[in-house]
Amino acid sequence: MAVAVSADLPRILRTQGAPLEIGPFIVRLSSRLPAIAESIGLHYTEQLLPADTPFSDFHVRLDRAPGVRGVWRPQARFYLDGSSPFKPLPLSQAFPLFEWGLNWCIAQHGHHYLMIHAAVAARDDQALIMPGAPGAGKSTLVAALALSGWRLLSDEFALLSLENGLLTPLPRPVSLKNQAIPLIRERFPEAVVGRSAHETTKGTVAHMKPPSASLARAQAPARPAWLVFPRFAPGGDDTLREMPKAHALLTLADAAFNYSVLGGQGFEAAAELVDRCACAQLDYADLDRSLSALNALPDAP
Amino acid sequence: MMPRALDHLLTALTQPAAVESLQLSDWDPLLRVARAASLEARLHALLEEQGLLARVPARPRRHLAAAGKVAAQQHQRMRWEVEQVHEALGAREAPVVILKGAAYLMADLPCAPGRLFADLDIMVPRRALESTERALFARGWLAQGHDEYDQTYYRRWMHELPPLTHIRRKSVLDVHHTILPPTARLAPDPDKLFAAARPLKGWCNLLVLAPADMVLHSATHLFHDGELENGLRDLADLDALLRHFAERDSGFWEQLTARAFEMDLARPLYYALRYGREFLATPIPDTVYARLSPARPATPLLVVMDALFRRGLKPHHWICDGPLSGTARWCLYVRSHYLRMPLRLLLPHLVRKAIKERRAGKREQPDP
Repeated sequence: MAVAVSADLPRILRTQGAPLEIGPFIVRLSSRLPAIAESIGLHYTEQLLPADTPFSDFHVRLDRAPGVRGVWRPQARFYLDGSSPFKPLPLSQAFPLFEWGLNWCIAQHGHHYLMIHAAVAARDDQALIMPGAPGAGKSTLVAALALSGWRLLSDEFALLSLENGLLTPLPRPVSLKNQAIPLIRERFPEAVVGRSAHETTKGTVAHMKPPSASLARAQAPARPAWLVFPRFAPGGDDTLREMPKAHALLTLADAAFNYSVLGGQGFEAAAELVDRCACAQLDYADLDRSLSALNALPDAP
Repeated sequence: MMPRALDHLLTALTQPAAVESLQLSDWDPLLRVARAASLEARLHALLEEQGLLARVPARPRRHLAAAGKVAAQQHQRMRWEVEQVHEALGAREAPVVILKGAAYLMADLPCAPGRLFADLDIMVPRRALESTERALFARGWLAQGHDEYDQTYYRRWMHELPPLTHIRRKSVLDVHHTILPPTARLAPDPDKLFAAARPLKGWCNLLVLAPADMVLHSATHLFHDGELENGLRDLADLDALLRHFAERDSGFWEQLTARAFEMDLARPLYYALRYGREFLATPIPDTVYARLSPARPATPLLVVMDALFRRGLKPHHWICDGPLSGTARWCLYVRSHYLRMPLRLLLPHLVRKAIKERRAGKREQPDP
């Protein structure tokens, strides 16, 4: 079934667009770019919905940027429902552009959640939330966790329900940067990692496909249990240090995309989350040592 | 010819209960068109008021609720901005009239719920313009990012100061001294607007325009002066205002038409009523049309204007676009500039602007 879809994928992308079920969102993606068809075929086949899916949350198109410049410097442009919110990027970065553009769509419209810039993984439906600035190591850590028995919920977004305080999975390819790419490839040879895009604003970027077990449970929410703020610290000792809850709340608010849109509701949700979670800081230096520290997190009561 | 999605949107705006019959596949284009027209949050507010949100399928309902939250945040910020303006200007003698979206919000008018807005617009008497700018400057509002030419252009030819940006909050405040540029073809008398303005309950020295003037200003802004990016949204404002004022005051229509002629704004009002009725079934008594007939454009002109506005007022989304939509928008853009100032002023200005934009490389436009 999935194979039949793959063979047909470039045509579907070129014509009516391919609806992808990405966690709580349905993204209808159209593109004439072979690189996009290849990456979607690699990363998203399990998430393809029938072409006649009646409602899509986002209508996205990725195509060559028009203009004569395309002759000597081809570029890709991201369109959300006909309008193009960003500058074009080199054609070789079309797939990262799709992923970044999708982040933007979600951050602009997903206000039924408190959206936190964080990587999320779960063990027995107990979720570990790792908010962090770019470069803190959250993508590397969450990729490694997902490849060592944890369930991947998200690489970029913790989607915290405002109704029940649970986390909604948003399993998407994990964006590995620079040294993290060979690190994950060597440590986990079974990892499915796509083509590297070089010289992006974040350096070299390659995406790792979420493990099938995580995709299979894409609709199963998880209960927040641990809030760990990683920080890349070469020479750090990879131990978890307890973090005062007030400090955790302020740092969390800073990492939330829509804290100000939600106002009081956002504060309540963030406060409840911090209240419920064990909060810690992680000076991440060595992947194996940090992994064992995270694996050793005691179950929530 | 209205595309189905726009038809659904217009029906939902005027008879929200009709959304019950919509399929999930209808909601997809409907929300996209509503979003392009800045009407998604408005739709949310209407459905919420009538207790109809539960009838909307879960996926589109989530988008409506999200849009509602964005609007709620904007409203909270706007109230805060008005408070700040009040702090800066409330204790003076000169009146401060709150205009447009902020006025609807502060006066609690029925077009306010779910209304999105960008800037705060206020109007002060021309004689108080300088002191107003100084008082606002002292509180952190300043005209940033405009070169000398822009500054001179605004101060010499426009009906407002260059937009003021608050240095900390980055919010934008437009300070007008009348509702049209002094060079415009129509010349409403601002003193009459100030004289009729109504105090805003609970605020010292803050006012909003009288009902008839509020409608006339909105109509003028839409059909004489403004760009049509949010044309349908502005038409929906007018529709809500007209229904509200006419219901509360049986003499409203008469006052409105009399005031329109008195203020030299009968033509924009004529268009507002014509297209309000066409798009949103605004209930307008036939006698009002009869009274306005001297303001009706001659038939050949009206045919042209119909062709332009019927296209230009539709949401700027490709679902609603026909082969001539782009041309119509361009013509309306040129028209709005033409109406704003005589050609001897306009041409040099546009040439200058075009050169500047080209130099700044701002030309890069996304295509449809």
